[in-house]
Amino acid sequence: MTLNFILNGNPISVETPPDRRVVDLLREDLGLSGTKECCGSGECGACTILVDGESRLSCLMLAAQLEDRVILTIEGVAANGEFHIVQQAFVNHGAVQCGFCTPGMILATLDLLRRIPDPTREDVRRELSGNLCRCTGYQKIVDAVMAAARIVNGGAR
Amino acid sequence: MLGNKNIQNNEVWEIGCNAPRIDAFTKVTGAEIFAADLYPEGFLWLGVKRSEFPHAHVLAIDGSAAGNIAGVVTILTYKDIKGSNRLGIFEKDQPILADKTVRHYGDAVALVVAESKDSLMAALAAIRVEYEPLPPVFDPEAALEAGAPILHPTRQDGNALIQSEIVCGDGAANLGKCAFRATVKIQTGWQEHAFLETQTGVAWMEEDGTLSMTVSTQTPFRDRLELAEALGFSPAKIHVVAPSLGGGFGGKDGVTVQGFLALAAMHSGGRPVKIWYSREESILAGAKRHPLRAEYTVGCDQDGVLQALSCQLLFDTGAYASLGSEVFALAMEHAGGPYRIPNVSVRGSVVYTNNPVSGAFRGFGVPQVAAAMEQVMDELAKAGGFDPIDLRRQNAVRRGDTSPTGVLLTQTTGLLECLGQLERHPLWRQRKNWRDEAPDFKLRGVGIAAVCHSVGFGPAIADYANAKLEILTDGKIRIYAGVSDMGQGNASTYAQIAGHVLCQPHETMELVLPDTARTLPSASSSASRTTFTYGNAMIGAAELLRDRLRARAALMISFQLLHSVPVEDITLLPGMAKHLPSGRGVPLPLVAAMMDASERTATYSYTCPVNDQLISSGENLRMHGFPHRIVTYGAQLVTVEVDTLTGETSVCDMLNCVDAGRILNPQVYEQQVQGGAAQGLGYALYEEFVVLDGRILTGDFSTYILPTALDVPDMVTVPVTPNEKEGPFGMKGVGEIGIDGVFPAIANAIADATGSRIAAGTMSAEKVLAALHQTGQECRL
Repeated sequence: MTLNFILNGNPISVETPPDRRVVDLLREDLGLSGTKECCGSGECGACTILVDGESRLSCLMLAAQLEDRVILTIEGVAANGEFHIVQQAFVNHGAVQCGFCTPGMILATLDLLRRIPDPTREDVRRELSGNLCRCTGYQKIVDAVMAAARIVNGGAR
Repeated sequence: MLGNKNIQNNEVWEIGCNAPRIDAFTKVTGAEIFAADLYPEGFLWLGVKRSEFPHAHVLAIDGSAAGNIAGVVTILTYKDIKGSNRLGIFEKDQPILADKTVRHYGDAVALVVAESKDSLMAALAAIRVEYEPLPPVFDPEAALEAGAPILHPTRQDGNALIQSEIVCGDGAANLGKCAFRATVKIQTGWQEHAFLETQTGVAWMEEDGTLSMTVSTQTPFRDRLELAEALGFSPAKIHVVAPSLGGGFGGKDGVTVQGFLALAAMHSGGRPVKIWYSREESILAGAKRHPLRAEYTVGCDQDGVLQALSCQLLFDTGAYASLGSEVFALAMEHAGGPYRIPNVSVRGSVVYTNNPVSGAFRGFGVPQVAAAMEQVMDELAKAGGFDPIDLRRQNAVRRGDTSPTGVLLTQTTGLLECLGQLERHPLWRQRKNWRDEAPDFKLRGVGIAAVCHSVGFGPAIADYANAKLEILTDGKIRIYAGVSDMGQGNASTYAQIAGHVLCQPHETMELVLPDTARTLPSASSSASRTTFTYGNAMIGAAELLRDRLRARAALMISFQLLHSVPVEDITLLPGMAKHLPSGRGVPLPLVAAMMDASERTATYSYTCPVNDQLISSGENLRMHGFPHRIVTYGAQLVTVEVDTLTGETSVCDMLNCVDAGRILNPQVYEQQVQGGAAQGLGYALYEEFVVLDGRILTGDFSTYILPTALDVPDMVTVPVTPNEKEGPFGMKGVGEIGIDGVFPAIANAIADATGSRIAAGTMSAEKVLAALHQTGQECRL
């Protein structure tokens, strides 16, 4: 079927079987390999994308569910060569190790900060508890999210 | 902390500062390309047919129906393999594809190469394999009994992969005379690496007959040799590229999918092939942390001075050796922990069973033996009425001492300072009040553990690295990292080292990750040695390049001044070579432009010094790594709250006092300690890996439970930083020490809270609740 949706700010039209997994559509057909897959069953959050601003697991979504939606993947978070405040905070605070959970973590963080602009560390831990990380022990990820929230609230961006 | 410093700052990130990791910039934007992210033009999917029995003869493999499915390109079996069809690093016992026998459920029997995943799955299901089931053995003790089914009948020692004994002083003879004694008997379970990027890669045949592969591996250079022998192919014709790994932790130390990729690429008509395990397949086929059965008895005199220790260790390596003998050697060496104990007997075995394969996993045998040693130390403290820290401090090794297994400690030994930091911390000093303030239906406890962890490969296997860097004519500096970066950030650290030596900013650095055609051969990313060894090599290479740049700049400035300029008067500054007496400077790109390509590239080879001491027992461990020279130390503390209604244990605080020598980058150091500790927390509480008759019952992330952000507390990390003269800038290696003490510290905290110890596997809510029930504390207010 032909699907029409907004992908990273641009309207696109793709021809795809309606039952194609969104993670496969993004990675294999559209070349957006920043969206990762790690469990294929909705347990780890590595494939997180934003659908109309809300975090969703692209390994559990079928292509037809994208129709008329606004989709954000990690590639669309900041313009070429620039860094979103959350991305910058992840770099500065050492929240990135192997990096395989990072795109999903950052998108889940964007959703979290939209809903809870001034989170506590407990809020961050609860809201990111659907995103597994095997490298960091999470502490520096929480540090990064708190720092990003402070900057956002301070009006720096 | 870095605060919110702008990313583009053109700073020199000297050794010792929080340099942001270079790889982080591409990882936060999704631009970093992992092996999993490659979908080459015209690629085919590759998949594996696996065993349906834990132990069986393979009588026949019928791929005819599968081969007729539309989109199937080829079906491959052992008959298509020209070489030895045996993988392994030391013990080459693992077939790429089963020939006569399957030995566990994860064994590979056949490969399918297909146009689409649908065709692939259909063909895998359609392959018919005829088996003759053999009696299996799953219990490691039963595997050693006479009459047990033998997994590898051509080996001499039955199911024993290796057995050894280390005896120091009078061994265990005097245990009976000790004033106080304690015994523990424990079993630790398997642990799954659970790297987020499962085993994956792509491969193809080049027109010149070279086999090219890009694969998630910790060992690109060693893989070539392992593959060449197994496949009957020239190693010179195998080209391996290892991009950033989405986690490794030991689970990608050696060949995982590379044998399948190579064989498939040879039979796919020149088209690229791709394999990417599902999570379920990763858990089924990947190597785990070895389970251990241990019995420890330790004794001390009236004053708490340790007198004797007896340890018995039994490791289950599953169907294949993998790195079982090397894990065992490290476990044996560390069995007595970081203490002075004059009389020691350590006896152990590693056995084959029809269970899943075990191999390298961060800690490499040490978390298992530390789990036993540090629990028996707490039991001894209880028996003698000693303070747990006092007991450990009194017996802690100092430099110049001999370890319990006879290893003379010639290098920095920071354990006493680690214990001192722990003792002075409020989490320890205020523990009694904290315990007494437990809320309703909660029991609180505080536990500690002291550990040591050796660095490198030991005396028999060369622990080497060949560093290479190049200044380009635009002034950029290219770092050729020959050691995989599995996520720990070592490649970025090499750039930091080069930047420090050359006084050049981060922005001028670019990384080339391991590529057997571009980077120089270096040993694996493992054994807490990755930055120690390559870092030393990189210092040498960068100093060579620095001196060449200064010499060429001196020449150029001498032409301007019309007199000779000593090299010593040239100072490198960001983007510039400066002659201080005259104030003249030459931009670095200009200096580079005046150099031949061969001069612009510097290389340096470094091999770690080894411990040459000859130890009179445990001789058969020497070739597997015993003994070591450089040792890291740690003292860890956890506070726990046990819910008397559910048995659930929450870790409230964690304190990690770690001696890994000087720190090159505090942020990266903390990443290693915190990440290791979190894996230790999962190992202790959540990650129960269940195997029933060889079949894995926790085969995915809904049943194998990893710690989430809610389960790991904010930790305090206190570095202890003696200057290790042999390390790069005084460092030792921090990759593993963080995981080693967490299991026993949590066990000791639970014992402190409840009075009970969980004897087998993780300390799950179910088991803790059963212990509370038995002691009449279930639902206690």
